[in-house]
Order: sequence, then structure tokens, then C-alpha cells
Amino acid sequence: MKVSYYPGCSLHGMAKEYDQSMKAVSRALNIELKEVDDWSCCGASAAHNTNFDLSVALPARNLIAAEKDAMDVMVPCAACFNRFKMAEHHLKSDKELKSKIEGVVGAKYQGGIAIRNPIDIIYNEIGIDALVAKVVKPMTGLKPVSYYGCLLLRPPEVCEFENYENPFMMDKMMGAIGADVKNWSYKTDCCGGSLSVSKTAIVVEMCDKLMSAAKEAGANCIVTACPMCMANLDMRPSPNMRMPVFYFTELISLALGLSGSKETFKSHLVDPQPLLSQLRLI
Amino acid sequence: METFLEAVNKKIHGVPLQACYHCRKCTAGCPAASHMEYNPNKVIKMIQNGQKDKVLASSTIWLCLSCETCITRCPNQVDIARMMDVLRQMAIEEGIAAKEANVLKFHEAFLSSIKFGGRVHEMMMTVHYKLKSGDLFSDMDIAPAMFLKGKLSLLPPRTKDMKSVKNIFEKTKTT
Repeated sequence: MKVSYYPGCSLHGMAKEYDQSMKAVSRALNIELKEVDDWSCCGASAAHNTNFDLSVALPARNLIAAEKDAMDVMVPCAACFNRFKMAEHHLKSDKELKSKIEGVVGAKYQGGIAIRNPIDIIYNEIGIDALVAKVVKPMTGLKPVSYYGCLLLRPPEVCEFENYENPFMMDKMMGAIGADVKNWSYKTDCCGGSLSVSKTAIVVEMCDKLMSAAKEAGANCIVTACPMCMANLDMRPSPNMRMPVFYFTELISLALGLSGSKETFKSHLVDPQPLLSQLRLI
Repeated sequence: METFLEAVNKKIHGVPLQACYHCRKCTAGCPAASHMEYNPNKVIKMIQNGQKDKVLASSTIWLCLSCETCITRCPNQVDIARMMDVLRQMAIEEGIAAKEANVLKFHEAFLSSIKFGGRVHEMMMTVHYKLKSGDLFSDMDIAPAMFLKGKLSLLPPRTKDMKSVKNIFEKTKTT
């Protein structure tokens, strides 16, 4: 299949591991990515916290750009995904706002393409069986907990993510690549990402809570699909609470034996390489 | 004259706040409630009571993480997350100093970065935030590691058609 690809600022910055592994995994699973032309930032938390019209107009500019290619748009960053879905929701439910925003952006919004996150695309379009068939190195010994966070799931009628209180798609994918996925009750709890820089003390407390719950569940790592969660969980927990955190695509890439799959581990702040080599996975 | 409640409801543009029957499910699930000056459901009560100055000057509106757990679990679909956005925007428009000043300064630095290049440049944005907030020394232990690991890129990314981005900022300006 072929989809439009909106990397967003994070995937070209601190979340470059996600961009690299996403591209490698997509290639291996026959998902062709076509980057949205001349994209700009979605506005993230900063826009919706301070200016409603701006928070709709910034994603709208990108949605309109993506519409030119007339394909579903894959949005790997959970924050961008959330802002895209939210903009779509407002533009489709409020005609007056739609014409106002079209005036701001200077182009018409059609609303004809689906906004999709890669978890949904890989799980529903490629499928677990196809994934299993491509595994060359099962992730034996790896015990991840799947962490979905907030932005992929909520609000549910906007994000339309399957089973938003107890999501399972990432768990199934990790199981498919041979990992011993641990169950836990914190899949959808907030890590505090939006206040990570400005109210760090609160966020350290929130991250420590997640880390201790992951340990209690018997996990030796955490898997995420959100650059904010990744940065936060990799950087903010107290030193004695830390454990490796992965983008789910990094582990799929490793399990599929894709070239360059070990490269992305080098830029994690909590080095996952000792764990992976101890388990003979690298 | 429009009451505070009416003004907030108009901007939320959804289920009116009067639908809240104070079951406190929002507060029970809120990850930041224990740090807030007033709990989320208390804010609704205060809006109903017309306590505009207190609400807009409170830390609560800036400590809300926008995790959207409240709206997800509210039995009456009262959009508290949207309410918090509305309150923050009202505070900005009315020139009420943010009780958690650094939270707003971070947002401003983030938006400046978009205005400058269309895409956020993390390093430049962080420097900008530090200068604005005066919080110069936090994360000084992490920054070198991030740089050495290649997490921080030096070159600012750029959207080519900056005119269209600048136009969006210009046309949505509120203050």
C-alpha cells in the first residue's frame, strides 16, 4: 500500500530513531511512504493551550497539503496524530469554523483522506500473520510493557483508537515478534510530557510511578509509539528507576533483521544495548 | 451582560458546564489533580459561581496536562479538557499573569520557533525558553549527553513556503 507520510518536527529532531525505524519497517512491510510536500508544524500543545483558531489552522495547512496526493496520511507522532484528528473533528462538525479556517490557510479543506497512526496501519492493513512471517530474530527474553499514553487514544470519539481504555494492538505486535509482553494497568496513563520542561518536578514523580508499575509487572523495557512519552520516560525518571524504552518500530526492525536496526539504539539516553546483548538480541 | 459561565460555555461550544453533577470522576482520574490549586470539578463550580478572577489566576489551568482523561470518563460528556484550553486563552486575552509562568513561556517559545521556520527546532526553542524563563541551569546535566548522542540537531529545519505559515499566525492573532 501507499500512504502519505507526515513526520512532524519530532521525527526530524529528538525522535529521529522513530523516523528511521518507521521508514525501514514500512519498506519491509511494503508500505510506500510519500512525504507530505513542504509540511509545517502541527502546533502541538503550545497552539491548543493558547489559541484555538491557530490550533486548527496549523494542522489544516498540512491536511490540505496531504490531500493533494489523495492517499491516507500516516502520522507516527502521537501528538501530531492527535492534533490532526482534532482539527479534522472541528472542521467536519462546524461549517462556520471550516470556512474561517480555509480563509486563514488560503485553501479549501476537502476532508477526503483518513488520518492514521502506524499502529493501526500495521495491525489492520498488514496484519499480525504477515508480521510473524517476516520475523527472523524473535525477541526472546524481552519483556516489554506496552505504553500507549494519552494522545493516540483520547478523546476517544476524536481519535477513534480501538479499545481506548485497554488498547491491545501494540501488545499483539510485540507478541508477534516473540517478546513476552507483560500486562499492566498503566497502558493509558499520562506521563506528563507536556510539562516535562516547564514543571519537571511533577513529571519526575509521574514517570517514576510508571517505571515502578512496569517493574512490578515484571517488565525489562517499555515500548511506546509517542515521541513525547519516549523523551520523557528516557530522560525524566529518577536514576534508580530507569529502564530501556523503545519505539515499537525499533523492535520490529530488529526482529525483522533490517539493516541499520541497531543504529537507532545508540541515541537513547538509557542505553538499551546492554539488555539486548545480554539477551543475545544484538 | 454575559455571565462568566455563559462566556465559557460559548467558547467550549459543546455540552454546557451545568450538565456536571459533580461525581468527581474527572478529579479522581486527573494525573495532575494533587498538584492543582483547585480540582477540575471545583473549577466548574467556581465558574458557575462567577469566580472569574480566581479561576483565571489559578495554577490549575496551567497544570492541566491535556491528557483528556476527564472528558473520556465524564458520564455527561462535559469537555473539561476543552474548558481548560478556553480558560487559558481567556487569561491570555485578558492579560492575567499566568500563575505557572514558565508553562506559558514554554508554549510561547515553541510557537516562536514555528513562526521562525515553520518547523520546531528543539535546540533553538530550548535556548529561547531558557532566556524567557530565566531557568538557565535546569537540564544542564542532560543536554551534553543529548548532544553527544546526536539527539540535538544544529541546523534549524525550514518550511519553504513560510509566507503561508506567517499568514496563519497573522490571521489568527488574538491579542
